[in-house]
Amino acid sequence: MINAVGRDIPEEVMKATGRDIFRGSLYHDNREYTKAAPTVRAKIDPTRSKLVGSIREALNRCGAHDGMTISFHHHFREGDYVVNMVMEEIHNMGLRNIRICASSLGKAHDPIVPYIEDGTITSILSSGVRGKIGEAISNGKLRDIAVMYSHGGRVRCIEEGRVHIDIAFIGAPTADECGNLRPNGGKSNCGVLSYAYADAQYADHVVAVTDCLVPFPNIPASISMVNVDYVCTVDAIGDPAKIATGAAKPTTDQRKLLMAKYCTDFVVATPYFKEGFIYQTGVGGASIASTIYLAEVMRQRNIRMGLGLGGIATPMVRLLEEGLIGKLVDTQDFDLGAVESVGSNPNHIEITGSEYANPMNKGAYVNQLDFVILAALEVDIHFNCNVITDSTGLITGAQGGHPDTAAGAKCTIVITPLLQGRSPAVCADVTTVTTPGESVDVVVTEYGLAVNPLRPDLMEAARSCGVPIYTIEELKDMAYAIVGTPEPIQFGDRIVGIVEARDGSIIDVVRQIKEFEFAD
Amino acid sequence: MEIKCTGVAGTMESSDAMVTIEQGSGGIQLQLSSPVIHRFGNHMRSVILETLDRLGVKDAVVTVVDKGALDCTLKARVEGAAFRAAQCSEEQIPWGGAVR
Repeated sequence: MINAVGRDIPEEVMKATGRDIFRGSLYHDNREYTKAAPTVRAKIDPTRSKLVGSIREALNRCGAHDGMTISFHHHFREGDYVVNMVMEEIHNMGLRNIRICASSLGKAHDPIVPYIEDGTITSILSSGVRGKIGEAISNGKLRDIAVMYSHGGRVRCIEEGRVHIDIAFIGAPTADECGNLRPNGGKSNCGVLSYAYADAQYADHVVAVTDCLVPFPNIPASISMVNVDYVCTVDAIGDPAKIATGAAKPTTDQRKLLMAKYCTDFVVATPYFKEGFIYQTGVGGASIASTIYLAEVMRQRNIRMGLGLGGIATPMVRLLEEGLIGKLVDTQDFDLGAVESVGSNPNHIEITGSEYANPMNKGAYVNQLDFVILAALEVDIHFNCNVITDSTGLITGAQGGHPDTAAGAKCTIVITPLLQGRSPAVCADVTTVTTPGESVDVVVTEYGLAVNPLRPDLMEAARSCGVPIYTIEELKDMAYAIVGTPEPIQFGDRIVGIVEARDGSIIDVVRQIKEFEFAD
Repeated sequence: MEIKCTGVAGTMESSDAMVTIEQGSGGIQLQLSSPVIHRFGNHMRSVILETLDRLGVKDAVVTVVDKGALDCTLKARVEGAAFRAAQCSEEQIPWGGAVR
């Protein structure tokens, strides 16, 4: 069936995944539903300890079995050890047909690929899959169709009961023996535990994994003891150097700086740029540069940001400290400056994944955004964006909060160079749709910007900001004039993944990659 | 143009291509790898083959490791590798002729 972004979703995929086609961003607005609930065990006996000595013991006590679903968060980013140590133990126990429900998976998890190949892991749900797991899925090695959801979509998926978690493993920088978990104060601090809240509330069994056991009470706790069954101590839950890196140096790439300048020139010309505006940006070079340019204008015009949202890095923290931002509302920390700030600054606040972006709760923070500044691998003439598949069709990225923030913000800006190497980033049709064009308002390139015709109001701001204006088709034509008209990627027939829209419908499918064959 | 030895031109930098031309055993044998082979593979092959044809290279093993080069770069690297492989000194390069 053809969905609202024009993608043909085969009926057998809808059947196999139990999902409808995407019918538009607001299709499920006001829908009534009943939330799922976990099956839990009471702990009445105050003398019974939650401490377990090993992952194996935790798995045994939780009744680990073939076919179960286990979950992980990704706040340790590329420094995570928890996924690998749990999966190794599950593999050693000889368990099979395991489903992983992760908030994201990255290169740190390359070691679990053999468990996909030998049938230990047969199903994966994740925001995205980088590294060798992405290659394994793209090569058709996973038995089931992988599901890629957004950060908000994952919470919805769990709360609706679309996925039921048997055991949640929550890596915690500090824990007390009752299971109060904090993201700070230990050896491997990650700043926040936002994406683990849903796991703690909806999993049947919750195991905290820590390398820093502290005396009771470990409060204020991000995850409360009322939701934690066991506390497992291990030598190390992650590599601190890879969990929270030093602040990235501001870019000196002239192309990125020009795009950042254009982006800021447009932002400050819109009616949303006024005292108390609400803003989110990424951590790419152009995004951070645009934040730095924006801060200069904020100082000149004496305009403060009311709230900065989302994944946080040091440049936003500095603006908070300078008094240019009222509150930082945080779901992930990208460097040490952000980790230290959320642990100490009362105006820098941790929120849950649901509060951040869940489309099916009673209103998430993303809905309050005035601006979100995003990147994309590709954007097409329908303004659809691709953030997960590369120029060979390989799964190399993650949705993250891209579709959530794009849907929520009053003004969604995608910054992308016209060309990525020889690949036209502005193209006729993206390889994979991850964010629908109806959610994307402006595309900024180093050649100029294009405004979505759905937003004539923003066209007025664009005309007054001094940045060259083109239609999105003109930008595409400029790209093709330089590199030529690309042919479509050659894929295999098998569908290896679906891209889930925020509301749980299928916005696109990802096919198995194949070797390129010449035309004759 | 007769290929007398192995000629190499180009780099492995982004937006460049590394072209190696060696003596063949009848006809042109092309091996092409590229991060954008799915998008431009057929086109790149015709650019390489047309360039070789223009230079009169009929018998060679040609290896192109592309890193996203545009057509102009690709042509220049193929020309450079071919002239080196044919041991042409600078005076023998047909500026304004086959090389335009």
